[in-house]
Amino acid sequence: MALELIEITKRAGADTHIHPTSLVLPQGSFNVLLGTTLSGKTTLMQIMAGIQPPTSGRIRFNGRDVTHVAVQKRNVSMVYQQFINYPNFTVYDNIASPLKVAGMSKAEIDRRVMAAADLLRLRPMLKRRPSELSGGQQQRTAIARSIVKDSDLILLDEPLANLDYKLREELRDELPRLFAGRNAIVVYATTEPVEALLFGGNTATLHEGRVTQFGPTSSVYREPKDLTSAQVFSDPPINMTPVEKRGSQLQVFGGKTWPAGAAARGLNDGSYILAIRPHHVTPLPPEASTGELEGRVLVTELSGSESVIHLDVGGTTWVSQSHGIHPFEVGAHARLHVDIDRGLFFAANGERVS
Amino acid sequence: MNKTFNNKAWWLVLPVFLMVAFNALVPLMTVVNYSIQETFGNNEFFWSGTTWFEQILHDGEFHASLKRQLVFTGLILLIEVPLGLAIALCMPRQGPWVSVCLVLVALPLLVPWNVVGSMWNIMALPDIGLLGKGINALGIPFNYTRQPISAWFTVVLMDVWHWTSLVLLLCYAGLVAIPDAYYQAAKVDGARPWAVFRYIQLPKLKHVLTIAILLRFMDSFMIYTEVIVLTGGGPGSTTKFLSIDLVQKALGGFDLGPAAAFSIVYFLIILFLSWLFYTLMMREEAK
Amino acid sequence: MAEIRLENLRHSYSANPQSDEDYALKRLSITWQDGGAYALLGPSGCGKTTLLNLISGLLTPTEGKILFDGRDVSHSSPEARNIAQVFQFPVIYDTMTVFDNLAFPLRNRGVPEAEIESRVGEIAGMLELTKTLHKRASGLTADGKQKISLGRGLVRPDVNVIMFDEPLTVIDPHLKWQLRSKLKELHLRTGRTMIYVTHDQTEALTFADQVVVMNLGEVVQAGTPVELFERPQHTFVGHFIGSPGMNVLPCEVRGGKAIFGGTPVDAANIAAANSRGRTELGVRPEFVSIASSGIPAEVIRVSDAGRYRIVETRSHGHTVKLLLKEGGEAPRGSTFLSFDPSHTQVYEDGWMAGARR
Repeated sequence: MALELIEITKRAGADTHIHPTSLVLPQGSFNVLLGTTLSGKTTLMQIMAGIQPPTSGRIRFNGRDVTHVAVQKRNVSMVYQQFINYPNFTVYDNIASPLKVAGMSKAEIDRRVMAAADLLRLRPMLKRRPSELSGGQQQRTAIARSIVKDSDLILLDEPLANLDYKLREELRDELPRLFAGRNAIVVYATTEPVEALLFGGNTATLHEGRVTQFGPTSSVYREPKDLTSAQVFSDPPINMTPVEKRGSQLQVFGGKTWPAGAAARGLNDGSYILAIRPHHVTPLPPEASTGELEGRVLVTELSGSESVIHLDVGGTTWVSQSHGIHPFEVGAHARLHVDIDRGLFFAANGERVS
Repeated sequence: MNKTFNNKAWWLVLPVFLMVAFNALVPLMTVVNYSIQETFGNNEFFWSGTTWFEQILHDGEFHASLKRQLVFTGLILLIEVPLGLAIALCMPRQGPWVSVCLVLVALPLLVPWNVVGSMWNIMALPDIGLLGKGINALGIPFNYTRQPISAWFTVVLMDVWHWTSLVLLLCYAGLVAIPDAYYQAAKVDGARPWAVFRYIQLPKLKHVLTIAILLRFMDSFMIYTEVIVLTGGGPGSTTKFLSIDLVQKALGGFDLGPAAAFSIVYFLIILFLSWLFYTLMMREEAK
Repeated sequence: MAEIRLENLRHSYSANPQSDEDYALKRLSITWQDGGAYALLGPSGCGKTTLLNLISGLLTPTEGKILFDGRDVSHSSPEARNIAQVFQFPVIYDTMTVFDNLAFPLRNRGVPEAEIESRVGEIAGMLELTKTLHKRASGLTADGKQKISLGRGLVRPDVNVIMFDEPLTVIDPHLKWQLRSKLKELHLRTGRTMIYVTHDQTEALTFADQVVVMNLGEVVQAGTPVELFERPQHTFVGHFIGSPGMNVLPCEVRGGKAIFGGTPVDAANIAAANSRGRTELGVRPEFVSIASSGIPAEVIRVSDAGRYRIVETRSHGHTVKLLLKEGGEAPRGSTFLSFDPSHTQVYEDGWMAGARR
């Protein structure tokens, strides 16, 4: 059992919203669509749900072609960024609404609503109306409604974006448990790389209407196929610099040389783009091969346990994110260390080579 | 955007189709039918081509009433839109007075048109009407059954009284929808009330004003009942607007052919002017 | 620019408040130095926006005083206070160009056009808006619009304080980083007093030199990011700051030790604890490590956050989270935990034992 998108495209007039995309989402899987605003996440979800038909391509569910089957006839539920509930229903009736539509017996409805309310800790609020709930509780109600009817496909479109930071963290923690052990295919759209990481499962990185990579989350994060995927899946933005490999050395900007490190050992000599995540650029030297980075400190952000240092190196800004408090003075000259072993090497066309 | 297809949905729209057909299409086709044929009764029809249209387009009376109509519509737009906007700006936006004000301003909209006509008819009577007697008492001669200026003044005043509330309510709804942050930012930026109006309220009300102007334009272009009750198109034919002219032709003269052609021309004028307004305002928007 | 002093400030939205409950903001006194970067941090409904509106003059306090450089402004209008504010959703004047938007506050104050030209040019340069100066402001993206809002504050040379009300809400994560460091950079360059209101701890901690944590209309703790992180005065601060928040575990204090589920644990402030009220142990996930002996625990789940991993364990019936560096073997099954004694604190009725209150 799976949801298959086969060469799906979406065009509106001269604009292409989705370039040819093929994805297979297996039953019981948790899938994250990661990309910036307007990268095509919502459009792709609407195509999966059947709210919009694709311009071309086919959608198969469990082997059956559902490309032109209306959303009402598919067993789909959706949760949106806005907290969408029926304003004059109680929380209980809100959660029960899809079951009532399905014509279930009272006892069965009651059993399922209670189970969903327990999972989302809504028991004490069942008699209240949405307007009497906090934002977090309203979104819990919407999520409870999405899981109560055993949908085949559950789509969550940035459901945590409008919540307070701490509530977001709490729900982020709960969501994977909620869906674990269900048969549904879950698709979760977000702009935040950290959400994708914490949920695990699979991640598809989206950029300008194209799925640049799809696979298990941690491998998409650690082994990006190309530069775009690495950029989409990096928060703070990934550092990049052109390098020239010569033997066991890397020629970098300003006539400096760095050791090639373990990652570049197998590469032919030539030009590459080296991308390094901010937490692999540190004030203290790492154990392995390191390259030195010297420049002027633009900004230092200290968050109590971490330091984020923005360094101007010959006109390019490098970002370092490290554990501990490193109070670099703004405008001062600073030296940082680059963990080259953890670097990602890309060919000029953006494809990753090591 | 493409939506899902659910053919059952057509059944839900069907009643509307039927109603539109009975209310608009069937009468319209009848009118078209009359406008290109000649009849002497007995349900006998003869093809007349564009004769009636040519006759109407060269008819001096038609030209005169069209001119009157344009002046009237222009006048009431010039008065009602700024006035409605001004009152909407003065209305309270929160507190217990909101509902009181809303009910008060909505009252004129609830009065039936013929009653509005009768009300103003009595009110403007020079001998016993409050308005008529009052103006005369100021030393200004006023008699709307004799003097064209008095008649126009009364008709315009009546329309303003009746319909400014519509503009007002639309503007008010638009104003309430502007987020508080805009007003706060303006305060912080030290903007004077005029600047708040010019750079925040007016731009945010653009859509609402477009709708208000369109509605008032179309409605005033078709004004009939109130005027017929108040002045009957007089004195002479100084307040004979298009609709009154049309009714006189159709029922008074029983010239069904020319009247049908008149109706169609009338309809096309409204359609064309509405389209013109709309495109101009939308073009402004796009800039 | 000015020093801002809040004296016994209290505010209620009801006309005649009866009990403490009626106050959205309960008695509060703070002094903010001229030229500092401050943050007000707390969950929705904690009173932070009320406080912001009191300072900007959009609200008048029920009780207490607001002093700018010793001058009482509690009842002055926003324009008389000379403040600037950036809102959650970008507020721009749609019909104007970027230039006119930035010039608007100056024109309202009758500044000569030549001076406007040079001020706007300078600020646009700082904000990297020079290229779009003569475009319609409504065509810009959300982050561009927020820059304009900020620019309208910076452009006035006489502004006492610039206030930010959750300004990054509508900005995408990858642009958040840029705009955030831009704010910090602008603060350093212009030396303006800035107050930043947010529910997002990362934004508050990275932006401000001094963070005021609020909950239920009260200030729970005010301090530097490091103080808030290392010595949270209240379990609320421990939980609210840090991601994941501090582990808060019930304990007993006996014989100079904190006893957690039968296992004795060292705590930094144990000497100050006198086992009054409800006693709890607070330790951040950063200061918990896997050990060969100590507190018995069962590993429940390990989640990968990229640069670190969050290990969720269960010990004596309570959830204890800890952080592990990227790479290396993930712990499994039964294990032992050890708490860093210098970063483990005892809390009594929610407050840190021995803390000044």
